[in-house]
Amino acid sequence: MAAAGPYLAGLLDTVCPMHALISATGHIQHAGPTLRKLFPGDEVLGQRFLELFEIKRPGHGGTMAGLRRLTGRKLHLRMRHGPRTEAKGVLVALPEEEAGIGPSGGALINLSFGISVVEAIRDFGLTGGDFAATDLTIEMLYLIEAKTAAMEASRLLNLRLQGAKIAAEEQAYTDTLTGLKNRRALDHLLERLVMSEQDFALIHLDLDYFKAVNDTLGHAAGDHVLREVARAMVQQTRSDDILVRTGGDEFVLVLSRLTDAARVHEIASRLIAQLEEPVVFNGDVCRISASAGSTLSCRYPRPGLDLDRMMEDADTALYAAKAAGRGCHVSFDPPMQGKGATGCRGKSAV
Amino acid sequence: MHGMINRAIERFVRDTYGRDAWGLITARAELDFAEFEAMLSYDDHVTEDVLGAACDVLNKPREALLEDIGTYLVSHPNVEALRRLLRFGGVDFHEFLHSLDDLPERARLAVPDLTLPDMELREHGATTYSLICRGAHPGFGHVITGLLRTMADDYGALVLLEHKGRRETAEIIEVHLLTSAHAEGRAFELSVGAA
Repeated sequence: MAAAGPYLAGLLDTVCPMHALISATGHIQHAGPTLRKLFPGDEVLGQRFLELFEIKRPGHGGTMAGLRRLTGRKLHLRMRHGPRTEAKGVLVALPEEEAGIGPSGGALINLSFGISVVEAIRDFGLTGGDFAATDLTIEMLYLIEAKTAAMEASRLLNLRLQGAKIAAEEQAYTDTLTGLKNRRALDHLLERLVMSEQDFALIHLDLDYFKAVNDTLGHAAGDHVLREVARAMVQQTRSDDILVRTGGDEFVLVLSRLTDAARVHEIASRLIAQLEEPVVFNGDVCRISASAGSTLSCRYPRPGLDLDRMMEDADTALYAAKAAGRGCHVSFDPPMQGKGATGCRGKSAV
Repeated sequence: MHGMINRAIERFVRDTYGRDAWGLITARAELDFAEFEAMLSYDDHVTEDVLGAACDVLNKPREALLEDIGTYLVSHPNVEALRRLLRFGGVDFHEFLHSLDDLPERARLAVPDLTLPDMELREHGATTYSLICRGAHPGFGHVITGLLRTMADDYGALVLLEHKGRRETAEIIEVHLLTSAHAEGRAFELSVGAA
C-alpha cells in the first residue's frame, strides 16, 4: 500500500468503494471494500486487473499503455469468474513521476453495476453500507420495488375493472327476456367474424302467427313462447353459433364455419319443425311457426365481406319463404332477386 | 383520502379481526361497497366514517386503533412490501429516523397522487429526537408512533416513544434512542427473495 498512501486509499474507500488502484504492471495494489466483496475468499491484491475483469469496450490491446489511453472513457466490463456480472467503469491514468499520487504509471479504475445492479446485489449479498452515501443505487432499488408494488396494485384494479366491464357488456348485449344476444351484440359479433375471416351462414327468422298468440292469450303467454323459441334455437345449434333476437318476433342466427347450403337448410327446417310443436301455457295451447331465409358468407368476395349485402340477401330469402306460404326455409339464390319463390309449404326449397 | 390509506385500514381490520368484523364496520359506516380500491381516491369523510365505525365495533379508543394500524403496516406478512420499502431508508434506526423527512417524497415517487403528512425530524442531543408530523388529518402521528415502535424492533434498536399531542396542525412524537443495536433485529436483504 506504500505506493498509494494510506490517506489516498482511505479517501477512495469512502468516496468510491468499488475502485481499484492498479500499478504500472497492471496489478491491483489497492481495492475498495465493495470491490473486494465481489471476490469472496479470493485475495484481489496483487492480481492482474485484466485477469479479473474483461474490458469489452472500448478496445485497449491488453497492454498497460493501451489501458491508460482509455482515460475518461466509459468502460463496459464483465467479471471473468463467478456470475460473470457486467459492470460499467471509468479509468484515470496516474502520473508517471514517482512523486505523483497513487502508483506511478498506474491507473485508478472506478466501477459500478449499471443496470445489472439488482442481480449483483443478490449474487454478492451487498447491503446499503456497501455503497457510497452519494450513490443512488439504494434509491433506485427502492424505486424498482415501490413501482413494482404500485404496478401490481394497478394491475389488480385493472383486472377487477375489466371483469366489471365484461359483466356490464354481457348485460348490455343480452336480450333479457330470452337470454339470447341482442341487436347491439350482433353488429359487434359479426364484425369480429368478418375480421377473423371465418365463414358462416346467416339466417333471418321471423315467427309466424306469434301476434295472434300475444293478442288472444296475452303477453305472458307470448313471453313464454319466446322463451321456448330461444330454448329450441339453443337445442338445434352448436355452442359457438350466435343466436340473436333482433326485434319482437325477429331473430338472426349466425352458424359458424358453415359453407354448405344443404346443411343450413337441414338445420333451419329442423328448427322450424320444432317451433311448430304446440306450446302449453296455463292450460292454453299456443301454436306458432316460423319463416327463415339464409345466405352463406362463402358466396361473397373477400376481403371486406359486404355484411349489409348479406343481410339484404338473407332478407330477400326470408320474404321468399313468407311468399311461399310461411313455415319454411329458403336459401338465397342470386336469380331470386326481385322474384318470389313459390310453393314452399311442405317442400324443401334449397 | 387516497385508496392506499383506506385500503390499509381495511387490511388491518380484516387480517387482525377477520372479515366479519370488517363487514360490521362497512355496514356501520354505511359504505355501499365491501372493499377499498388501493389505486382510487375517496372522499375524506369516508375514512373518518370507517375509523369511527371501527372504534365502535372493535371497542377501541381512536389513538390505540391508529397506533395498532401503524404496527400492523410494518409487521404483518401480508403487507411486507411496505416494511421493505421503509428499510431502504437507512442501514440503522438512526439513519432510518433521518430518512423520514423524505418519506412523503418517496411515497410520491411510487404513487404520484399519494399525499402523506410532512415530517420533520429535530435532533436534541445524540439520542433524543422529536418528529413533527404536519397534515390535515389528525391522528396520523399515532399511526407513525406504532410504525416507529415496530421499525425500531425491526432494526434491533431500543427506543422510548411518546406521542406528545397535537398543536394546531402538528403532532409531535418524542423519540429516545436508548441503543441502536440492542438486539438482532430482522434480516433485510436489498434484493427481493435473496437467500
